[in-house]
Amino acid sequence: MNWKEFFKNLKTEEQGCVPDETRREFLKIGLIITGVAAGGSLLNVVSVVAEGLATSEELSKEYPYKPHYSMVFRVDRCIDCERCVEACRQTNNVPEYGWRTKILERVDTKAVDQQRQFMPILCNHCNNPPCVRACPTQATYKDKQTGIVKMASYKCIGCKSCMSACPYDARYFNEEKRAIDKCDFCWESRLSKGMKNTACAEACPAGVRIFGDLSDPNSEVYKIVHQMGKAVWVLKPETGAKPNVFYTIG
Amino acid sequence: MERKNNPVVQGVISKEEFTQNWLQFLTEFLSGSKGFYILLILSGLIVFISAMFGVNAIYVGYSHVYGIYREIPWGILISGYVFFVVISTGLSIISSIGHVFGVKSLIPIGKRAVYLSIVTLFAGFMVIFFDVENPFRMAIWNALSPNLTSNIWWMGTLYGISLIFMIFEFLLILLSKHRYATIFGFLTLISKVLAISNLGAVFGMLYGRDFWYGPFIPIYLIASAISSGSTAIIFFTYLGYRIRNERLDKSMELALQVVGKLWALSLAILIFIVFWKIITGLVGSEAQRLAIRELMFGKYAPNFWFFEIFLGLITPFFLLFVSKFRNLNQMFAASLLSFIGIFIMRFDMVVIGQIVYHFFEYKVTDFPVILTYKPTLHEIMLIIGACAFCVFSFLIGEKVFKGHHTEIH
Repeated sequence: MNWKEFFKNLKTEEQGCVPDETRREFLKIGLIITGVAAGGSLLNVVSVVAEGLATSEELSKEYPYKPHYSMVFRVDRCIDCERCVEACRQTNNVPEYGWRTKILERVDTKAVDQQRQFMPILCNHCNNPPCVRACPTQATYKDKQTGIVKMASYKCIGCKSCMSACPYDARYFNEEKRAIDKCDFCWESRLSKGMKNTACAEACPAGVRIFGDLSDPNSEVYKIVHQMGKAVWVLKPETGAKPNVFYTIG
Repeated sequence: MERKNNPVVQGVISKEEFTQNWLQFLTEFLSGSKGFYILLILSGLIVFISAMFGVNAIYVGYSHVYGIYREIPWGILISGYVFFVVISTGLSIISSIGHVFGVKSLIPIGKRAVYLSIVTLFAGFMVIFFDVENPFRMAIWNALSPNLTSNIWWMGTLYGISLIFMIFEFLLILLSKHRYATIFGFLTLISKVLAISNLGAVFGMLYGRDFWYGPFIPIYLIASAISSGSTAIIFFTYLGYRIRNERLDKSMELALQVVGKLWALSLAILIFIVFWKIITGLVGSEAQRLAIRELMFGKYAPNFWFFEIFLGLITPFFLLFVSKFRNLNQMFAASLLSFIGIFIMRFDMVVIGQIVYHFFEYKVTDFPVILTYKPTLHEIMLIIGACAFCVFSFLIGEKVFKGHHTEIH
């Protein structure tokens, strides 16, 4: 496919009629997962994967972590009941002044029809995490096996550079721990003890949060992310942090 | 013979000579005027009061007494740290032109500059001590668990090393061992330049923050260092001579003229850099545009136009030319205004980088697009304390080291 065609296709995409074949071609040039319109802007979702791989089988081989933990939000289902936030607080001893996960409220009064949407956020466990690069003492690090961005609290000097570095506002200083605290996909409180799901995902009554292994073709997160029927996007893709938290509708 | 070549390491300086030197320092120190001691006590008192604020902050918890919060984790203390260490770096750069690279006209300012460089770096460390939540852990884990991709690690380590080099450099200058002092001066210069570029990269490498990201801040800070260093030399040399009630000799006058010219050049470069940062920022990503717009036309506009541009850049530049690099009173006025401007520049650089809310583009109602940060009394007192520490140490230095006179060989 030459550049002329490429731009032509981009134009058609805006009009909302992209032939499947073209989409497949588009994937092959390296963007693997394509995000479509979200909030009016086109987002390319490139989280992990090596370029030029098209089939799911090849993709899963290329994921750098096993299990490659990930979360998908079906945002339109969220009703802001905050059970997830509460479950997180209880499970991970999150104090009143902080949060590991939060639900933001989006309002667009100029939108046609629905003008409000809730947008849950948490640590995106990025594959290229700015916080890990910035930490002077390796107090925060990317777990080599699971890809979870964890904290070694005893090493944290409290310089707050990871807070400054994080594009997702995912970190806060925990006074009791004397260290930065953040979501670890419930590693310490649940996963390391053999449980399979995070507290927030389990508490959600509307099935907004789906947690699982992005590299396992049988997992639900895999199935949602590796499909082309519905838009899947990540937040702030322009930072290049390559997040592992995805958003979709439905 | 060999022992004589290396007097400090070999410990050749006799005990009597050493004691005599210190006694001399003491007598010098006791020879000040009334005004000198009043200023000294006053600055000492401010340092003490600020230290109490710092201790209180540690006791109560920083988050309860500082204006910083989750979304704006770096405040005026980080600005203060940058302010002091950039001055310190600038002092090292400018003094090294004389006593490391042998430009004779700049040798007279060398001793004072090295001394003040130690003082300002120490002031920077004092400020950061009260910003970092676990400073004692820092000492341990910086050494045991270094992250070599972290610019903060490099910056902190290099500044730490440079402090040791500088102390040696200064002691060797005092002992008139100029050859060894030159070696340490060179090592100081290298470590400081590497440190300041990493300091810039602490901000410039944060790819989640559009206002900071890129090579601009390291370049800006190195140009700023030359400007800040010149400001400090002119400011403190002028005051030093005032305090000692001495007239400037010819060589010092010439040295200050050279510093003035270097300063004017660095100001011109800075104006150029700032101009292009603004222009490129205005057409950049939305986050960057919002930040720059806030700086130029929003709540920070007085900071930017009046303090940064007018006081920090344009007026000193203008005054330097009016003074023809000779009128010391005008150059001193320029340095005083410039100091104020430079501090606000550091404040804006740190704060503006964080004021655009992370998820502003999603029309989130939980936070405004532009966040606010207001420094608290505790934070301000710590900055004032660090400034007072510089004044206090400067005053002591002037007396004890007899106006930092240097003989030119």
